[in-house]
Amino acid sequence: MKKFIKYIAIPAIAFGFVGCEPEFDESVTDAGFFTSGEADFSNYVAVGNSLTAGFADSALYITGQENSYPNIMATQFALAGGGVFNQPLVDDNLGGLLLGGNQITQNRFVLATDENGNPGPAILAGSPTTDISNVISGNFNNMGVPGARSFDLLFPGYGNVANFPLANPYFIRFASEPNATVIGDAVAQNPSFFSLWIGNNDILGFATSGGAGVDQTGNLDPSTYSTNDITDPNVFASAYAQQVQALTGTGAQGVLVNLPDVTSIPFFTTVPSQAIPLDAATAGALNTAFGAYNTQVLPGLASFGIITAAEAAARQVNFVDGVNFVTLQDDSLTDISAIVQGPPFNLDPLTAGVLSTLRQATAADIVPLTAAGVLGTQDQATFDFLVSLGFPAEQAAQQSVNGVTVPLADQFVLTSTEQAAITTAQASYNATIEGLAAANGLALADAQSALQQVASGGTPFNGGVLTSTFVTGGAFSLDGVHPTPRGYALTANVILDAVNAQYGSTIPNVDIGNFSTVTISDDVN
Amino acid sequence: MKKVLSVFTLLLLSAVVYAGGYRVSLQGNRALAMGHTGVAVVNSAELAFFNPAGLIHLENKFNISAGGFAVFSDVAYQNTNLGTSAQTDSPVGTPVYLYASYRVSDQFALGLAVYTPYGSTVEYPTDWAGSHLVNSIELQSIYVQPLFSWEVVEGRFSIGGGPILAIGSVNFNRNLNRDLTDLEGNRSNVTIDASGITEFGFSFGALLNLDDNDKWKLGFNYRSLIDVNVEAGDGVATFANLPDSALAPIDNGEFDFTASLPLPAEWTVGLSYKPNDKWLFALDYNYAEWSAYESLDLQFLGSDGSVALESINPRNYEDASTIRVGAQYSLNEKLDLRAGYYFDESPVQDGFFAPETPRNDSNGFTGGFTYNINEKLAIDASFLYLSFKEIDASFDSFFEADGTPVPFEGTYKSSAVVGGLGVSYKL
Repeated sequence: MKKFIKYIAIPAIAFGFVGCEPEFDESVTDAGFFTSGEADFSNYVAVGNSLTAGFADSALYITGQENSYPNIMATQFALAGGGVFNQPLVDDNLGGLLLGGNQITQNRFVLATDENGNPGPAILAGSPTTDISNVISGNFNNMGVPGARSFDLLFPGYGNVANFPLANPYFIRFASEPNATVIGDAVAQNPSFFSLWIGNNDILGFATSGGAGVDQTGNLDPSTYSTNDITDPNVFASAYAQQVQALTGTGAQGVLVNLPDVTSIPFFTTVPSQAIPLDAATAGALNTAFGAYNTQVLPGLASFGIITAAEAAARQVNFVDGVNFVTLQDDSLTDISAIVQGPPFNLDPLTAGVLSTLRQATAADIVPLTAAGVLGTQDQATFDFLVSLGFPAEQAAQQSVNGVTVPLADQFVLTSTEQAAITTAQASYNATIEGLAAANGLALADAQSALQQVASGGTPFNGGVLTSTFVTGGAFSLDGVHPTPRGYALTANVILDAVNAQYGSTIPNVDIGNFSTVTISDDVN
Repeated sequence: MKKVLSVFTLLLLSAVVYAGGYRVSLQGNRALAMGHTGVAVVNSAELAFFNPAGLIHLENKFNISAGGFAVFSDVAYQNTNLGTSAQTDSPVGTPVYLYASYRVSDQFALGLAVYTPYGSTVEYPTDWAGSHLVNSIELQSIYVQPLFSWEVVEGRFSIGGGPILAIGSVNFNRNLNRDLTDLEGNRSNVTIDASGITEFGFSFGALLNLDDNDKWKLGFNYRSLIDVNVEAGDGVATFANLPDSALAPIDNGEFDFTASLPLPAEWTVGLSYKPNDKWLFALDYNYAEWSAYESLDLQFLGSDGSVALESINPRNYEDASTIRVGAQYSLNEKLDLRAGYYFDESPVQDGFFAPETPRNDSNGFTGGFTYNINEKLAIDASFLYLSFKEIDASFDSFFEADGTPVPFEGTYKSSAVVGGLGVSYKL
């Protein structure tokens, strides 16, 4: 039996030698397989606005935060010395915020189906649980604060609930103390590596409001700005330089991200300015209705010298059998509402109001997504007023169509003049960012070019092509402004490429096809 | 006997792939120690599997062999472009066998075989990079087979065989695709579960003595294809974590499903040579008709029996061969030593490397011994080390909903180590 035991030991020993774990010759998890180059990713801190926070679908919610580009980057950094990446996660996946129990922001959008099965964005149902008065403590590597403009990051009290609504509801949640600044809290973490992507909201508010705000170029006092204004380029440059100085002051390396064109995002590309389908009869009736405006009012005002001949020509309204350009109010035109109520026109106040700064859109005008729910609908106030004057309902309805007989208001159109103001500011901001990256030896991620590609033709990936088409393109969430997880994954790849190029690191990209696009749910209000 | 059976039932709970596809070539400790040869080796009741024609040639009237194996098998995956990696955490597989023969007359013997020729247990970390192809799979089959063995030409030629009752079960989980989740971010997935599926087949063997001195033997064995068909009502498919939406591909909950998985036919021819009482040499050639495994197609049925969702998973396996050699040396009356080697060809073609059966070609090195406690009872032991090379492979037949192909690429490295223990009893 002794002998027997000896022999049974042979296979047992053989087992011990060969081992059971399959091992690669070179494993991706081995130290040194992926390298950090000259960079040190051990303590990565991301600074920015909603894009950095992982905001999407008009809200900040947990799965969005988990798919923020900094969190995706941190996951990849972990392959080459990256450390833990803490985020100020909200409390649910609904996204709405509370202040002292009262809801102050709405829940996220989801793609829902109506009773006919047609999909469209809708607000997710449910009672949100994230109360911003519950301040969370700790260091947060993700210092993305939705809504922040460049200078807001330097504003002490930006997270002070006492300053709300001037203070930022998201920063109120995780500011280290009421009078902390975003940049101060970032630097206090002594980052070894940082990313900075700020400035989008310095033009975006103006753009999404259809240019309803003010171009503040020349006004160096940001405390006088509203959220719909364009930030003065010098204010931006000063704020941005201070932030870069603060972040690099502790010896950190980092990456700066430039600002994409607002025209890359579906918020501005989904609704065409040529959006009104008409048959020949309706077009003819409308042309008759606007006939006096085209042939008498405009030439008359031009002949009086009240408007130029060029303006008279630009203000012609003409409909055809087919798809027509919308009508709109353009506040850069001469307001003629008062003068047309007098002789020789003697128009009623309602008509005068319609004509005040009326023109028909051209291909150069941009109609924001917010107009989608307005175009072609009935303007109830106009309808009720006409009915009260004794018009038959059918005729009143015809005179009450938004975008046709009721011109779109200023906030629903971004005119070429307003676009030019945005482009000028953006170009200046981007020149500042590029200059500071070069001056400080920092990586520069070209989000502008990357998003241009997504918007024009699309960016191919393993499994499809990512485009900026609203809902179906995959890159943008249902607010039309912020990326989907897949869009954020692309952003992470673009930034990682820039980091690798600058620092000689070999951080791998992610497969963006593994990240989700818009969220479907019929659990809506 | 009751106790033995209950132990068997426990052992049958899991089995593991370690041959090409989901074939588990562990049907006897004596055979495995000799490279899993045996179609022309007259040695023990293990012949019930390897070649029932040989049972009539066993010296004793009553023979029994029973045993089992512990299979330690895992797979590592990585993609060096993306930095993704995963390693299976598969449970220890325990394929088992029980063979018996009883000589009724000089020319005729009856037998019984219970064995587990096909199976697979692979568990990846949930939601790993290839989770849209598989999270976990547990395939099992038990073959139960009554046998006859008939010496047709005395001292020269015998045949044997019998019908097979195959009992199959499957449990499989994967995510529906690469990105769909519920609102909380949980990946949408499906689990299919079916057990106790019974099908029938047969095996047949022949054994020829090539000379009058019992030195050379030529054996042949064939085991038929058995298609395991899961019909509506046989099992349950459970969909979970889908968003509550009319746009979702299917609702959460349980559905009937249909599926079919082939357990391929296998031919074996082999030669044994016994130059003297000390030495025995064996050479086997297996040809497995894996081309029967074209596609794993599942249809999920709505409550009205209509197809609610379909899953087409091309496999396009090709027939595969295994070459086996083995030797036995009888050290003394008490101890027989064995060693062997085989080359196992994978049935998986380029572009069809699915992580649920992640196998490439392998080299098997085996060894073992029999210790004869007394004239009746012996203990059989064996071990196997399977050597795999790293392989860069892809599965190219996963498609997005719009038809865009999404290849799943990466490097795989498998490992498998097996130890076995059994008893042989003769009377």
